[in-house]
Amino acid sequence: MPAATETLDALKAKFGELPVSEFRGQTRVVVTKDNLADVMRLLREVRGFDLLVDVTCVDYLNYRDARNRFGLVYLLASTDSNERITVRVFLNEPDLAVPTMCDLWHGADWLEREAFDMFGIRFDGHPDLRRILMPEEFSAFPLRKDYPMQGRGERHNFPVITRSEA
Amino acid sequence: MALGQSSQERKLEVPENVVVTKLDELASWCRKNSLWPMPFATACCGIELMATGASKHDLARFGAEVFRFSPRQCDLMIVAGRVAMKMLPVLQRIWQQMHEPKWCISMGACASTGGVFDTYAVVQGIDRFIPVDMYVPGCPPRPEQLIQSIIDLQDKIQREGTIQGAEFDLASRQKPKRALVELPVYHT
Repeated sequence: MPAATETLDALKAKFGELPVSEFRGQTRVVVTKDNLADVMRLLREVRGFDLLVDVTCVDYLNYRDARNRFGLVYLLASTDSNERITVRVFLNEPDLAVPTMCDLWHGADWLEREAFDMFGIRFDGHPDLRRILMPEEFSAFPLRKDYPMQGRGERHNFPVITRSEA
Repeated sequence: MALGQSSQERKLEVPENVVVTKLDELASWCRKNSLWPMPFATACCGIELMATGASKHDLARFGAEVFRFSPRQCDLMIVAGRVAMKMLPVLQRIWQQMHEPKWCISMGACASTGGVFDTYAVVQGIDRFIPVDMYVPGCPPRPEQLIQSIIDLQDKIQREGTIQGAEFDLASRQKPKRALVELPVYHT
């Protein structure tokens, strides 16, 4: 279900005119990095979006007509009113830090760790911002478009165990 | 004739229920018929591995049904499925914890070559990093293929096995395969 007009009105009243679009019953709102925290707090506490469905990221490197490098995506749902809304914030290097949503939704913890692991987005205030999928010593962010699909040789960088040393 | 007489005297009487063999052969015979597999099952090959152990295909017919989940009780590692680069140190540690003599079956396309997963996160063949005795093709292989590889491994153990494990020394002195030496270098 798309976001209710009350939700969009509440956002408009507090943050002014935000780019809002709707496609096939899904509402998308684009916010700036600076008022992301306030928008999310309003959606959580005033509008009752109690479920953080996903936090993910899109790398728009070499994408046609793209003006920003990364699009960070928050998918929210309200189990009360059955509304859904997508909040996007565009980020550019070198400033890839956004405030964490862990204090609003505990479920943001691992989702933000994944976005950090794969894209290198930093979440300020996150209680435990470590890699979640790749090994600790991995240094690249593999879902960035400038990372080669076959890696930079990390998968070959292991000691070889032979019969004699086993 | 003195010579013929002495050879007649030395003739050994072998009782009916006694078989004479070499100690190496005996050790290999015991080992090959009581392989205890370590199931390192990470993907769909693991499902076929379970089917192989279950009643229909019945790995017990070959003495290899005792799947142990502790590497210290195993002597055959069956790597069934893709091995992610985060998993490879675990695989190597488990292999090192297994007691000699031990063998390894690389089951399926992913364990042997990386399969279709030619990505940064998947190891392109476990034989680059641990010794492998048998490769099973297939995606995933049928239980019959895995059973065939175990039969082949039994043959290999009987053919080459020694009680001291000298065949492992020979294997470690072999030159690594060319494909394993020339690791590809990727440029960004």
